[in-house]
Amino acid sequence: MVDQAEAPAPVAPDGGIVPMNMIQALNSALHVKMAEDPNVLSFGEDTGYFGGVFRVTDQLQQKHGLTRSFDTPISECGLVAAAIGMGAYGLRPVVEIQFADYIYPAYDQIVSEAAKMRYRSGGQFTAPIVVRSPYGGGIFGGQTHSQSPESLFTHIAGLKVVIPSNPHDAKGLLTAAIEDDDPVIFLEPKRLYNGPFDGWHKNPVSPWKAQASAQVPTGKYTVPLGKAAVVREGSDVTILCYGTMVWVSLAGAEHAGVDAEVIDLRTLVPLDIETIEASVKKTGRCVIVHEAPKTSGYGAELSALVQERCFYHLEAPIGRVAGWDTPYPHAFEWEYFPGPERVATALKAVMSGGAR
Amino acid sequence: MTRNTQPLSLRVPEPTGRPGDAPDFSHLKLDVAGAVDRPPVEARPVQMLDLAFRLIRVLDDEGQAVGPWNPRLDAGTLKKGLKAMILTRAFDDRMHRAHRQGKTSFYMKCTGEEAIAVAQGMILSREDMGFPTYRQQGLLIARGYPLVDMMNQIYSNAADPIKGRQLPIMYSAKDYGFFTISGNLGTQVPQAVGWAMASAYKGDDKIAITWIGDGATAEGDFHNALTFASVYRAPVILNVVNNQWAISSFMGIAGGLETTFASKAIGYGLPALRVDGNDFLAVWAATQWAEERARSNQGATVIELFTYRGAPHSTSDDPSRYRPGDEHDKWPLGDPVARLKQHLIALGEWSDEAQAEAEAEAVAQVRAAGREAEAIGTLGQSRPSVKMMFEEVFATEDWRLTEQRREVGV
Ligand SMILES: Cc1ncc(C[n+]2csc(CCOP(=O)(O)OP(=O)(O)O)c2C)c(N)n1
Repeated sequence: MVDQAEAPAPVAPDGGIVPMNMIQALNSALHVKMAEDPNVLSFGEDTGYFGGVFRVTDQLQQKHGLTRSFDTPISECGLVAAAIGMGAYGLRPVVEIQFADYIYPAYDQIVSEAAKMRYRSGGQFTAPIVVRSPYGGGIFGGQTHSQSPESLFTHIAGLKVVIPSNPHDAKGLLTAAIEDDDPVIFLEPKRLYNGPFDGWHKNPVSPWKAQASAQVPTGKYTVPLGKAAVVREGSDVTILCYGTMVWVSLAGAEHAGVDAEVIDLRTLVPLDIETIEASVKKTGRCVIVHEAPKTSGYGAELSALVQERCFYHLEAPIGRVAGWDTPYPHAFEWEYFPGPERVATALKAVMSGGAR
Repeated sequence: MTRNTQPLSLRVPEPTGRPGDAPDFSHLKLDVAGAVDRPPVEARPVQMLDLAFRLIRVLDDEGQAVGPWNPRLDAGTLKKGLKAMILTRAFDDRMHRAHRQGKTSFYMKCTGEEAIAVAQGMILSREDMGFPTYRQQGLLIARGYPLVDMMNQIYSNAADPIKGRQLPIMYSAKDYGFFTISGNLGTQVPQAVGWAMASAYKGDDKIAITWIGDGATAEGDFHNALTFASVYRAPVILNVVNNQWAISSFMGIAGGLETTFASKAIGYGLPALRVDGNDFLAVWAATQWAEERARSNQGATVIELFTYRGAPHSTSDDPSRYRPGDEHDKWPLGDPVARLKQHLIALGEWSDEAQAEAEAEAVAQVRAAGREAEAIGTLGQSRPSVKMMFEEVFATEDWRLTEQRREVGV
């Protein structure tokens, strides 16, 4: 995948560019930021000595000390609330929720507190926290290790929502999220941690290092929040996607034989509406792909925005490919997970003038 | 300026040993068997505060049952318990291996904790409701739930009783008094209280029992449960299984260094017992005490079951990366199977040969069930109809699901 929206990755004075998988890239972002800024802390369940069940916080405690990277009680509400208090003091805590499915106990603190702190205090208090969490399916995790809760956060005023799709972006976006003065929900597609995944579950997973987007500077750089990436240029139809679905969409376009323009949103809030608008006006068609259930998913918002801004350019109804409106089912993972075949079907439907 | 002239510092608790260190349990204060008094079940919580900090034990080092908590079980019950524990261990071993062989996506063992679910499953009846977490497979096994059905669930195969929808080991067996397991920690505990409140509201005679890990006691749900249990005097037994580790976090991270988990009950006005969880008789006696309280309308009891998670947290975990490798072998409360075996031998009711025979029998029973389940199919080889994916989201399917089901072609 070539990241065309991004200039060549800036090289930090201290280092070169090395291939990293997404775990290593996220880990590198944390190491670099913690070395640079003593106000940055990392904590969560199992994130300290052990470095997190997915190893994203590996060696942070060993390198930066026990009080800067530590394990917390299994209390998502408690740890997010503590982060909010620390953020109000002036620290920049980066907390991990072990799986996004466990963010719900913390939902009140995120939604009622972090999101509204700046607004309700007339700007006196802020909550500059990052809540990191692996999310999404494709790992046989069953209902409580597979959900995609992004639209629950995009609906809340005051929260930023970031979802990277490759190692280079992951590091740059996480760095930008830590430096951001607002609360950021940073969702990591765990199906992409170790390699890109095109949705053909029987295909062997290729390693990240074969991808251009796995060339990650060891030093500091940011990928700005609110800037989408055109990951494939095309003229027939615009695909709006993020996370794992970027790779699935690329595979789906190829499978359909359609010249699709694939846009990796990278951040859902703030949203890069210019890039979306320009692309849909160019192609005249739009298909939205996400893993979360269809009803009230982020695709509904995208579809409304495209309709509001590009209606007279549209040559077909907007298509949506999404997870079904059921809990995530263990044995039916591959029927549930929106794969390239379903993307291709939607693309063909849109190309022939009707989404359904 | 504040008035403080002294810099503050942040404390983060650490365990006594990490990989490469020698296990160190010298900080544990363990009462000897028989040392702790047994209050009458009518005792008020304030009259028995010390029990939240002591350790109720019945089996001594020689395998003799001693002291006021000795439940004086007959040999038949003891043998039944031992056999169920042996079977639970054999089942765990086979299913752990099945994961290694790619037959399922996930498994979790309860090695070292078998006495808890087995004893408690035997004491309560199937009409009472158990609200388990994921390490109470012994409850189903003690109650004779078919092993093959457990395996069918683990394999998500065509005969999976919960239709391929749940992560392996997240059983649901209403007829066996086994509530559906959630992957979200702690949620079952306040639900158990609500179930118990319902039984009281209806004037029924059923009680509830629930389990939570030491780590998960940090969740708000645990504290919500204690509040409701206390306020409404719910007939429920609230077990905290303190197995020392919550994945890589030692129990100090959950607050276990400052006080005991049993003592969390005190602030809520609930009676608390702290029990040797590797002692089948102590678990039995404490549960019976709590059961009597609940059945006689005196409300809830919190029981901390002090034990050690011998196996990895799950098949995704490697404990040698965060704790001393031989910590389990050095656990001062021994192994629950070995201790009950020793007791039965001391009673003249059992022998090494009988033990070997029971173990072989358990392995054969598990193997036979395994053959049966695998003939139906393992994960990916067999599964319920894809239609099941769309059913039972609601009592009746709405148009969205009907459309989506048709899109899949089922
Ligand atoms: C709400 C929630 N947060 C986090 C998790 C992830 N998780 C699963 S098991 C576990 C550790 C639980 O430890 P403990 O309660 O001590 O029980 P044990 O596994 O030791 O039996 C964690 C953090 C989860 N399942 N649910």
